[in-house]
Amino acid sequence: MATYSTNQFKSGLKIMLDGEPYTIVENEFVKPGKGQAFNRVKVRNLKTGKVIDRTFKSGDSVEAADVLETQMQYLYTDGEFYHFMAPESFEQHAAPAAAVGDNAKWLKEQELCSVTLYNGAPLSVEPPPHVTLKVVQTDPGLKGDTSSGGSKPATLETGAVVQVPLFIQEGEVLKVDTRTGEYISRAKD
Amino acid sequence: MGAAGGADWRPAASREALRRRAARLASIRAFFAERAVTEVETPVLAAAGVTDAQLDGFPVPAADSRWLQTSPEYAMKRLLAAGFGDCYQITRAFRAGERGRRHNPEFSLLEWYRVGFDHHRLMAEVAALVAEVLGPGTTATLSYAEAFRRAGLPDPLTAPTARLAAAAEDHHGALTAPLERDELLDLLFGTMVQAALPARCFVTEFPASQAALARLSPADPRVAERFELFAEGIELANGFHELTDPEEQRARFAADTARRRAAGRPTPAIDGRLLAALESGLPPCAGVALGLDRLFMLAEGADSVDAVMAFPWERA
Repeated sequence: MATYSTNQFKSGLKIMLDGEPYTIVENEFVKPGKGQAFNRVKVRNLKTGKVIDRTFKSGDSVEAADVLETQMQYLYTDGEFYHFMAPESFEQHAAPAAAVGDNAKWLKEQELCSVTLYNGAPLSVEPPPHVTLKVVQTDPGLKGDTSSGGSKPATLETGAVVQVPLFIQEGEVLKVDTRTGEYISRAKD
Repeated sequence: MGAAGGADWRPAASREALRRRAARLASIRAFFAERAVTEVETPVLAAAGVTDAQLDGFPVPAADSRWLQTSPEYAMKRLLAAGFGDCYQITRAFRAGERGRRHNPEFSLLEWYRVGFDHHRLMAEVAALVAEVLGPGTTATLSYAEAFRRAGLPDPLTAPTARLAAAAEDHHGALTAPLERDELLDLLFGTMVQAALPARCFVTEFPASQAALARLSPADPRVAERFELFAEGIELANGFHELTDPEEQRARFAADTARRRAAGRPTPAIDGRLLAALESGLPPCAGVALGLDRLFMLAEGADSVDAVMAFPWERA
């Protein structure tokens, strides 16, 4: 099993702690001039997202987490699992609903998502930062009203609900930011 | 990393910060000129390394192998033993593996020695020099034990090691490996005690186990006549009322070497020339080493030594 020494620590490095995979968020080297050096790190649990602090004696080694970030195409959901395919190998992976979480509402078939594999199984799924989705339901607004600044909810084809300007109609295709859940623009054809 | 980045040929510090650095170096030289302390230069590449348990030097594989100095301490003490008198040096020092916001493996050190001074007299001079660079301000003095008390920690001299370990776990969570007593003290000091110190503060009377090259206190041999200066919780200087006894020095070198061997670290030969100098007679004196990059970082109000260095480690 690969290991990392504390002097290789930097943000983004994936390590195992207490049998769980973590990513280093922050690493600080602390050393009294004549004394023992330590690395104080903030790490995020890749399964739960929880951030904790840990202190290591400098020079110690930790096990590397067998974590791989890949781009995969979203295929479909059977209700329990979300199925993805690696575009080059055509290998398929089933992510449990827990790994997808709230991001399920942005998943559109054929879209490339960022899938984090841990021991070869999907651990988390990130949709692309921007997606284009069709409006399946919204109340009729005022046609041509582009200046009032008002907004209304619109339900998109994946089930996500976003606030859109009043002039948006059912059937239109929108560009949405998945990180903020905000409407960006109408999609250009 | 490195060459592929494209912009890393450029200095890390701004041109203005580097110009102010030059002006500050000039003011430090003026400070010592006023006091008739002589600037000296000693070898950066020496035949002997250091045996300090927690310092790693850079070995240089020359025909007769050499070490890049971790400080000019040994060479300057040889000058003192030869009767040179008060002296200071502004030089580069090298410590392998030390890289962080406040560490660069190659750094600038100001080291000076005052014959006939004890550590208290030297502390007053250190405070005056720092005031020249950081501006006037009062400098408090706390003993190592008082500094622990201020941080709400057990007494570092008398508390059982298990209590120190429990205090460390309260703050840091489970330790990843059991730590020895001095390692626990270093962890508590470096994280909790430093953060609770007054704005500018000397810490004195370090435990005898951390005496380094300081004499033990005649009044309380559990502590050493060693001091460190902190500004805004950042360690700036380390000074000693110097140990002049060659036998005790030899014993400490041997003990340090044994600790290094036990920890699997390289064990450089003990510096026989320093021991010979001590045997011929080191005059009673006090000496201090001050990290210039950190001092200039604080003067700039910056949070990293990179802000005052032309080319830190990754750009060197």
